[in-house]
Amino acid sequence: MVKFLVQRTIGMIITMFFVSMMVFAIMELPPGDYAERWAFRKFSGTGAQITEADLDNIRANFGLDRPAPERYFKWISGIVLHGDFGEAFAFQTSVNNVIGQKIWLTLAILFFTLVVTYLVSIPVGIYAAVRRNSIEDYALTAFSYLGFALPNFLLALVLLYVSITVFDSSVGGLFSPEYADAPWSIDKAKDLLSHLVIPAIILAWSATAFQLQTVRATMLDELNTLSVTAARARGVPEWKLLLKYPARLAINPVVSTMSFDANRIFSELPIVALVLGLPELGELLLKSYLDLDMFVAGAILLILTFMIVFMNFLSDIFLAILDPRVKLIEG
Amino acid sequence: MTTTNLSPQEEQSPVTQTESKEAQRYYSATQFQLIWWRFRKHRLGQAGALILLTMALAGLFAEFFGPYSGITRTSEAVLVAPQAPRFCNDDGCALRPFLPGVTAERNMETLRMETKIDLSVRRDIYFFIKGEEYKLLGIFKMNTHLFGIEEGSIHLFGTDSLGRDIFSRALLATRTSLSIGIFGVIIAFVLALVIGGTAGYFGGGLDYGIQRLTEVVRVIPVIPLYMGLAAAFPKEWSSTQVYFAMTLVLALVGWPTLARRIRGKLLSLRGEDYVIAARLSGAGPSRIIARHLLPAFMSYIIVDLVISFPFMLLSETALSFVGLGLRPPTVSWGVLLQDAQTVRAIEQAPWLFIPALFVIIAVLSFTVLGDGLRDAADPYQVSN
Repeated sequence: MVKFLVQRTIGMIITMFFVSMMVFAIMELPPGDYAERWAFRKFSGTGAQITEADLDNIRANFGLDRPAPERYFKWISGIVLHGDFGEAFAFQTSVNNVIGQKIWLTLAILFFTLVVTYLVSIPVGIYAAVRRNSIEDYALTAFSYLGFALPNFLLALVLLYVSITVFDSSVGGLFSPEYADAPWSIDKAKDLLSHLVIPAIILAWSATAFQLQTVRATMLDELNTLSVTAARARGVPEWKLLLKYPARLAINPVVSTMSFDANRIFSELPIVALVLGLPELGELLLKSYLDLDMFVAGAILLILTFMIVFMNFLSDIFLAILDPRVKLIEG
Repeated sequence: MTTTNLSPQEEQSPVTQTESKEAQRYYSATQFQLIWWRFRKHRLGQAGALILLTMALAGLFAEFFGPYSGITRTSEAVLVAPQAPRFCNDDGCALRPFLPGVTAERNMETLRMETKIDLSVRRDIYFFIKGEEYKLLGIFKMNTHLFGIEEGSIHLFGTDSLGRDIFSRALLATRTSLSIGIFGVIIAFVLALVIGGTAGYFGGGLDYGIQRLTEVVRVIPVIPLYMGLAAAFPKEWSSTQVYFAMTLVLALVGWPTLARRIRGKLLSLRGEDYVIAARLSGAGPSRIIARHLLPAFMSYIIVDLVISFPFMLLSETALSFVGLGLRPPTVSWGVLLQDAQTVRAIEQAPWLFIPALFVIIAVLSFTVLGDGLRDAADPYQVSN
């Protein structure tokens, strides 16, 4: 097990290294450079004349006159050694300040969404497989198709509309106004949870549709195995038999694709967050892209990807525990 | 390969008159004929293909099918609700559809403009009517529209806040969105073929490096990655430049999945006898891949291409929706949906959402078409 863990940790570090290079490349992509944008932010409207010499000064201040590999090294070592993500110029503060608490809110959304996804997709997928070719099964397949086809922002807008007109409550934001700036308490946590329901449903929608089909397909394969027939012949009650043999195995592909679900959720997060007005990383990412505040964008992209890579690591461990055969193949 | 479903006895005897016409036709059919026959049994897949064909035609000839050009503003018809053509009113019924008369009046209490429908007025709808001039396919100067009206204006899907006809705009958007998907898929396919082909054919260290690269691209959340690339488009780019840049972005992020599939297929096939035979007779790698390997799994690749379409469409819509993709005056589904970003917009004018129906229908059609093709792609499968 130790060898397995070490292997996986090293793999994770290598992947993150390449990811960080790619993220840095994206940060460098927008036309013009950071100094120009910084000067524009700071002096536009003040009537100050900016000369090329001023820009060079700013460049030297930020170390932008250094070659790209050196800047990459400075950026990544700041993150790894000091946890310092650099300067957020649109907010005139450090990136760490801007991101701060939002990481935890984002994690809360991710966790809550994954819980909803698995609580729905696993039992329902098993049910659909057991009752295959029934009306319920067809209805669930139709639902899965819709889950792929419906743009999530549309679902967000529709739920927002329904909740405002029918329930007369706003689902936007993550906190009610009275808790927004309050210190953490049980009531505030409850308030947060109640606000997480709608975003979690929207984000879980397509992941659920996908995993439901995976569980159903695996269950169908496993239901035909001899172990099931043998157990049935021994007179094991049907529900016990289902849980003992096929359901255990049907969970494996779900566990092994956990990081894909996280990827999917983070993919949809910025747009859903924009529509629902959620103050978390996805929304901030979108804003910083629009402002070309690339240090913030790069930091968020890196953090989100790290969460996905870490989920992958976790799912490898879970899988090794659930299904010891996996470790044998790898080891 | 067809011989697998012949019994040994049949295999030995040459095809004789005793075999039925149908069986002969089946045994002598080419692979694509077999695929076609199987696809014809898949009703849902055919329905998907039909819908997509209709959409493609509607998009291609958008100026003809739509009564207005996408930028015409009707100032007296701002945020008009969808108008359904009718055949009957109190005076009786007629075959020619008509729109009832509309009068706009300001409600003196709420101060909002309110429209009143006057059923006694018939505004007849004419077909092949002369209207605004346009260039069909960008070449032929024409001014005939499929339908139109002489008094007032006709808006089947209503109008937006600038008084532009949503029906006409949705058709134009169909052209943009579908074509961007097609170009994106083609470029992604070429990239995947070159990269995945190299990895799969040569294997070894090259394969390992390429595998790591695709892994990194796949682990970064997709839409945020797209957004990062799209955010880099200079503001002063023309809409054509943005359009082509968007196809590139969609392709750049779309190739890894395809590349993995091509690599896997090549790896499994490169040890086959006919490949070794080709290599021994002096064929180069690109000839072996193109002539001998690709045809062996072309049908699977086509299925993969069809399946990757919905993803491109949804990505384009999402990016344009948040303002990081195509920009007005280009009209695409995502650009149209920008108008429907807020709840207030839905409350005021729910018909601004009609373009979303196009997205849903297109994605669903591609999905069922992909399913149908996947079942048909392996025509020899049943015989086992």
